[in-house]
Amino acid sequence: MQPEDFIAAEAALLDAGRFDDWLALFTEDGHYWVPLLGAAQVDPYSHNSLAYEDRLLLQLRVDRMKNPRAHSQHPASHCQHVLQRSAIEREDEATGEITLRTPFIYVEARGDDQVLLAGTCRHRLVRTPDGWAIRQKRVDLLNAGRALPAIQLFI
Amino acid sequence: MNNYRNRPDVIRALVQDDRVHRDVYLSEELFALEQEQFFANTWLYMGHASQVPNAGDFWSLDLAGRPVMMVRQPDGAVRVLYNRCAHKGSRLVTDECGNTGKFFRCPYHAWTYKLDGAPLAIPLKSGYEGTRLKECESGQGLTEIRHVHVYRDFVFARLSNEGPDFESYFGEVLHAIDNMVDRSPEGRLTVGGGVMRNIIHCNWKMYLENINDTVHPMSTHESATQAADALWQGRAPDAPKPMAMEQILPFGSGYDFFDKMGGRVFANGHSVLGVNFSIHSNYAQLPEYEEAMRAAHGAERAAEILQRSPQNSVFFPSLSVKGSPQAIRVIRPLAANRTLIEAWSFRAAGAPDLLFERAMNYNRLVFSPMSVVAHDDVHLFESMQQGLRAEGNEWVSLHRNFDPAELEQASMTTNGTNELLMRNQFRAWARFMTAGMETAA
Repeated sequence: MQPEDFIAAEAALLDAGRFDDWLALFTEDGHYWVPLLGAAQVDPYSHNSLAYEDRLLLQLRVDRMKNPRAHSQHPASHCQHVLQRSAIEREDEATGEITLRTPFIYVEARGDDQVLLAGTCRHRLVRTPDGWAIRQKRVDLLNAGRALPAIQLFI
Repeated sequence: MNNYRNRPDVIRALVQDDRVHRDVYLSEELFALEQEQFFANTWLYMGHASQVPNAGDFWSLDLAGRPVMMVRQPDGAVRVLYNRCAHKGSRLVTDECGNTGKFFRCPYHAWTYKLDGAPLAIPLKSGYEGTRLKECESGQGLTEIRHVHVYRDFVFARLSNEGPDFESYFGEVLHAIDNMVDRSPEGRLTVGGGVMRNIIHCNWKMYLENINDTVHPMSTHESATQAADALWQGRAPDAPKPMAMEQILPFGSGYDFFDKMGGRVFANGHSVLGVNFSIHSNYAQLPEYEEAMRAAHGAERAAEILQRSPQNSVFFPSLSVKGSPQAIRVIRPLAANRTLIEAWSFRAAGAPDLLFERAMNYNRLVFSPMSVVAHDDVHLFESMQQGLRAEGNEWVSLHRNFDPAELEQASMTTNGTNELLMRNQFRAWARFMTAGMETAA
């Protein structure tokens, strides 16, 4: 699979609510990161983030949503990623790791409410025997530091 | 709609000894009166002095519907000015923060002001000769909020010219700020890591009450804590926990734990929850840091500071403090049914980076718009805002452990699940809502 197609397939899993399948795309040391400074943020340590989650925390998030007592999922949230074509930013010959940027619009709907977010995703992908895997999915929002309502699924 | 203006008795009747009327959350008229009266009569948290470190630095915000800015002066003091040109009302600064240099200059007609708001220059000065400009407000420069108090770098303001002074308003609860600041061996905090901002479609009092609600985690946060427990199951009880687990697992504690943590109320709505212990008490110990604390404060005071980790200390009605992790929440009401919550983290000078990491990690885990813990809270606050519109019961129950004797005591310690901590907030609400209010003839 071309890496650009992998990115599109990844978003499609989220839009279909297949969170376990989505989580399986991450490497063991994989991270999902939504920096509070958006694209300007250097690292996840010197400044806070809306989310900076390893496999353990991502698993917690996915498992929680399976619980009928995840109250905030009554009614359930649904999401739609609208992606621009991904572009390869970097390719590391030595490790085979590639970085892609994908501008997006993200809509999360729940009941009568919709949250609209825009930004650029940056994926660091590594090649594994089973195909591509995500070492890091970084989501640079346009307005991460401003007041936001609850964002319950994965951008 | 004019059910409450100049009717202090009607407002007071909304707060009974053991329950409150739904209008305190739903009524837009009451919210307008809160903006006008209540938030003017109480001391509100503005910000932290470290947000404006250098002369000319400003931080602008909306305080109870009024545009204000914290400004660092050439002499090092922090003043709070209304962000409104004396001429036609344009805001002087529209960025949230920055440095204005040696003076403010209105972008509209170039009126300028010193950093303390004093008028500096006006173009076409001769055109004002013989006019009344100098004698009226427009000639006096920027309006300063006169009642500002900086307590160990925490900046508070009272908008009204009448009311209790800072020390008598907050009293003993100020020790909660001391506890947080003294966790720095150098006695100094700085904000760091940015601010999380959440918009919640509920009345601000629901959020503030919940800060003292010890019986909701078991049911509200069941899905998050069960998922965390399941992931952690099978590990040895003393296995080192990742910070996220260390912070999230205690949310699953039972009623007994929260009851025994104890709480204390103070006059004017303030409280400390977790006077005995809290979900923050069992974070991993840091021997080198504790040594630095003993060197700075002496063994006795260092132990006193470090052993005290309340769940939340409420500086009614706008600030909630966690000494450990070093994080605060600021409640900024926007409308009867809309509230902005800010979560800030602090760096403690002379303390290891791990403490700062704990503060950021906690805010991210629990107070981010993406927090799996907060999602269920927010859902329930918004659900109450809707549910309260039902007919048949116009009251919200705050009966748990009500004892008429509590009405005679301004300050008392009680069990952690006593709803006294919320009743105490509403008693203060009724008082500051009606303070100085004229009764309609």
